[in-house]
Amino acid sequence: MAAKPKVAFYWCASCGGCEETVVDLHEDVLKVVEAVDIALWPVALDFKLKDVQAWKPGEVAVAFINGAVRLSEQEEWVKLLREKCPLVVAFGSCAHLGGIPGLANDKTRDEIFANKYFRSPTVDNPGKTLPQEHCRVNGYELELPNFWKEVKTLDQVIEVDYYLPGCPPPTSTVAAAVGAILKGELPPKGSVLAPEKSLCESCPRKDSKPERLSISRFKRIATSIPDPEKCFLAEGYLCMGPATRSGCGERCLHGNMPCRGCFGPTPGSLDQGTKMLSTICSLGEADTDETAQAYADSLVDPLGTFYRFSLPASLLRRSRRQEPV
Amino acid sequence: MPERITINPITRLEGHGKIEIFLNDAGDVERAFFQVPELRGFETFCLGRPAEEMPRITPRICGVCPTAHHMASTKCLDDLWKVDPPPAAKKIRELAYSTFYVEDHYIHFFFLAAPDFVVGPTAPAAERNILGVIARVGMDIAGQVIRVRRECRQMLQTMMGKVIHPVFGVPGGVSRGISEEERKQFLETAKFAVEFAQFALKLFDDVVLKNKQYVDLILSDAYTHKTHYMGLVDENNKVSFYDGQVRVVDPAGKEVAKFHPRQYRDFIAEHVEPWSYVTFPYLKQVGWKGFVDGAASGIYRVAPLARLNAADGMATPLAQQAYDTMYATLGGKPAHATLATHWARLIEALYAAERMRELLEDPEITSKDIRTVPTATPEEGVGIVEAPRGTLIHNYWTDGDGILTRVNLIVATNHNAGPIAMSVEKAAKGMIRGGQVSEGLLNTVEMAFRAYDPCHACATHALPGKTPLLISIFDSQGKLLREIRRDG
Repeated sequence: MAAKPKVAFYWCASCGGCEETVVDLHEDVLKVVEAVDIALWPVALDFKLKDVQAWKPGEVAVAFINGAVRLSEQEEWVKLLREKCPLVVAFGSCAHLGGIPGLANDKTRDEIFANKYFRSPTVDNPGKTLPQEHCRVNGYELELPNFWKEVKTLDQVIEVDYYLPGCPPPTSTVAAAVGAILKGELPPKGSVLAPEKSLCESCPRKDSKPERLSISRFKRIATSIPDPEKCFLAEGYLCMGPATRSGCGERCLHGNMPCRGCFGPTPGSLDQGTKMLSTICSLGEADTDETAQAYADSLVDPLGTFYRFSLPASLLRRSRRQEPV
Repeated sequence: MPERITINPITRLEGHGKIEIFLNDAGDVERAFFQVPELRGFETFCLGRPAEEMPRITPRICGVCPTAHHMASTKCLDDLWKVDPPPAAKKIRELAYSTFYVEDHYIHFFFLAAPDFVVGPTAPAAERNILGVIARVGMDIAGQVIRVRRECRQMLQTMMGKVIHPVFGVPGGVSRGISEEERKQFLETAKFAVEFAQFALKLFDDVVLKNKQYVDLILSDAYTHKTHYMGLVDENNKVSFYDGQVRVVDPAGKEVAKFHPRQYRDFIAEHVEPWSYVTFPYLKQVGWKGFVDGAASGIYRVAPLARLNAADGMATPLAQQAYDTMYATLGGKPAHATLATHWARLIEALYAAERMRELLEDPEITSKDIRTVPTATPEEGVGIVEAPRGTLIHNYWTDGDGILTRVNLIVATNHNAGPIAMSVEKAAKGMIRGGQVSEGLLNTVEMAFRAYDPCHACATHALPGKTPLLISIFDSQGKLLREIRRDG
C-alpha cells in the first residue's frame, strides 16, 4: 500500500472554529483520515517541535494554518512549517486577513491591559497587579509570552501558497480544497480558493436588488426588522456583499442577516474597506450638504464594519495613534 | 534539587494554556500553576462597535461554543434595549440552545472523555483516542454518535444561519423563525436525541459504573475538591441553561446566594495574578483566600457537576431520574468528585434532548411573532447563560445610540481557572512522588482538567485522538533533565 500523503494542521491566534469545521465533515471525516495521515493537529500548538524539525523536506505535503499571528512563538512555528512543507494554506479569515481578533489593531496594548486588569467593574486589583512576562512567586520563576503590538496575517510573516477564506470556511470548500491538493489540480499560486465573483452575484436576494441602488439613510438591525427576501442594501441595511468575495454558501443571508465580509475582498480588489467605502459613496442619495451629512451620520462604525475581518490585511493595517511598534 | 515540570501546551482557553508544576527537594509536588498565556482583548476592541453586532463578534472568543457567546450576547442586548422578546422568540432561542448542548456535550464525552474510560486511563497511549473508542464500541455506535451530532448541527445551521458563529440573535427576538415543515423534521431529531441520550447513559453505566476500578478512581481523593458551586436555575430551582437566576451553594450544599443577572457584580469579583493573563473569579462575600477549597474560600466551580450541585433537580422526567440515580450512587449531594462531571454532562444532554422535544411539541414554536423592536434608549445590559462549560456573563454599556463604551465578560472557563489549577495540582501530587514521573502522569493530569471540558480541551482537538502533552523536567538551573511526550 502506497504511503498516504501527510498533512499538518496548525493554529495561531484563533478560536477553534476552523477546527470545528473539519469535524463538521461528519462521516466524511473518516474518509479524510483514510486518505491522509495527519502529522500535526491544531491542538499541538507548541508540541512536537522536534518531530516537525525532524520531518524531511516535503515529507509533509501541506500545512493548513489558521489564526492570526501575534506571538514570536507562533512566528517560529509557522516559519518552520513553511520550511518543511511544499504547500502552505492560510485557513480561514484570521490567517487570511487577520479576522475579528485583528480588530485589536484599532486599540493599543496598554488600553487592552488597562481595561482588563484595572477598569473592569469586577476586577479587584488594589495593588495594580499586571501579568508579567517574568515573575517570581514564592521563589518560583514563571513566564508568559510577550505580545506583538499588532496582529498580523499569515502572509505578513511567511509566504503563503493558497488561501481558504471564511469564518470559518464552509466544509464543502475545505473538502474541495483538500481534494484539489491531493489530485494536484491547483490554480496559480497565491490564489484564493473560492469563486472569482462578489457575494452579490451569488446572493439569493439579488433579484430584488434594483437597477440603481440608492440609500438616503442607513437602518440598524437593532431597531428595525429586515424583510426576509429583499436585498439588504436596497432596504437600507449595511451589507458587505458588494465588497466581499462569494463562496460562503450565503449562510448569514439565509439566517436573514446581512453580510459582514468574512470571505474578504472581491477578486482584484486591494482593500475591502475602501471598496465598500466607494460603494457607499456611490449609493448615497444626497444632493445637499445636510442630506449628505445625514447619510454619513447614519452609518455607524465604518472601520469596525468595513474591516470587520480584514483590518490587519488592509492598507491601514492598524490605527496610527498607537505607541510605536 | 528542586525540579520544574512544564506542561505546554494544553492549549486554548481564549487561546492557550500551560501548566507549571514545581517539585520540592524530595521530588514531591509543591505547587502547580495553570497559566493562560494569551489575551485577545475582546473587552477593548469591541468598544466603539454598535452593540447589536456583539452576537456576531463575541462568538469568535470560542469557535467550539460560539452559540453560548451568541446567546449571552443576545440576551444582554434585550436587557440593554429594555425589550422583552415575544414568547416564540424565547422558545426558538432555547430550542437552538438545547440543541447546541446536545451536540456539544456529546462531542466532549465521546471524542475526549470516552477514551479514558472506554479504552482505559492506562491503556496504551496510541489506542487511547476516538479510534480506540470506535474499535471497542463498534461502528454502529460510532455511526449513531456521528448521526446525532450531524442532525443537531444541521438543525442549528438552519435555525441560526451558521452553526459556527451564529447570526440569528437580535435585541428583542430572532431574525428567523421556524416553519411547520422544519418543526416536524426537527422533532424527529429531538426524538432520536432523547433515545440516544438514554443509550449514552446506559453505556456509561455499563462501561464505567460497573467497573469498580473506575468508580474508585472517580471517588478518589486525588480528584476531589470541596468547593462552592454556581449555576443558573429556573423558578423551581431546577437546572436551566438559557435563562434564570444564578444560584450558589456552599460545599455542604446550602444555598448561600441567589441573584438576578443584573446583580452579578455584587456577588462575583476577579483576582489578578502576575503569572497568568486569565483572571480568577471568586465569591465576593467570602473573599479571595488563595487557591484553596472549603467553605471559607471564595473559590467556586461551574460546569455540569457544579450546575447539578447548585440546583434542586432537573426540569424533565427522564433527566430527573438520572439525577437521582447519580447522587444516590455518589453518596449524596453535593458531589465533589471532579470526574463525576462526565456523568453530570450525560444527564444534562438528556435534559437538553427532552427540552428540545418539549419545545418542538409546543405549537407556539412556529409562530411568526418572533421580534419585538426596541424603542427604549440603551444604557447598560447584562446577559447570563449557562455555557456547556459554565456560567457565562456578558455585560455591556453604551451611549444613547447603542455604541459600546464599556464591556465586561466573564467566560465559563474563567470561573474554573482557579479550580483547574487546584485539580491539576492535586492530581499531580497524587501521581508524582520522589521525583518519579511516569507516563501515566500525563494522562491522569490531563484527566484532572479534561473533566472541566475547558475550551482548550475541546472536541476538535481530539479527532485523530491526539491530546498531546509535552512534559519537560528541568532542574533549578534550567537544565533539561528529562522529556516525556505523549502523542495521544
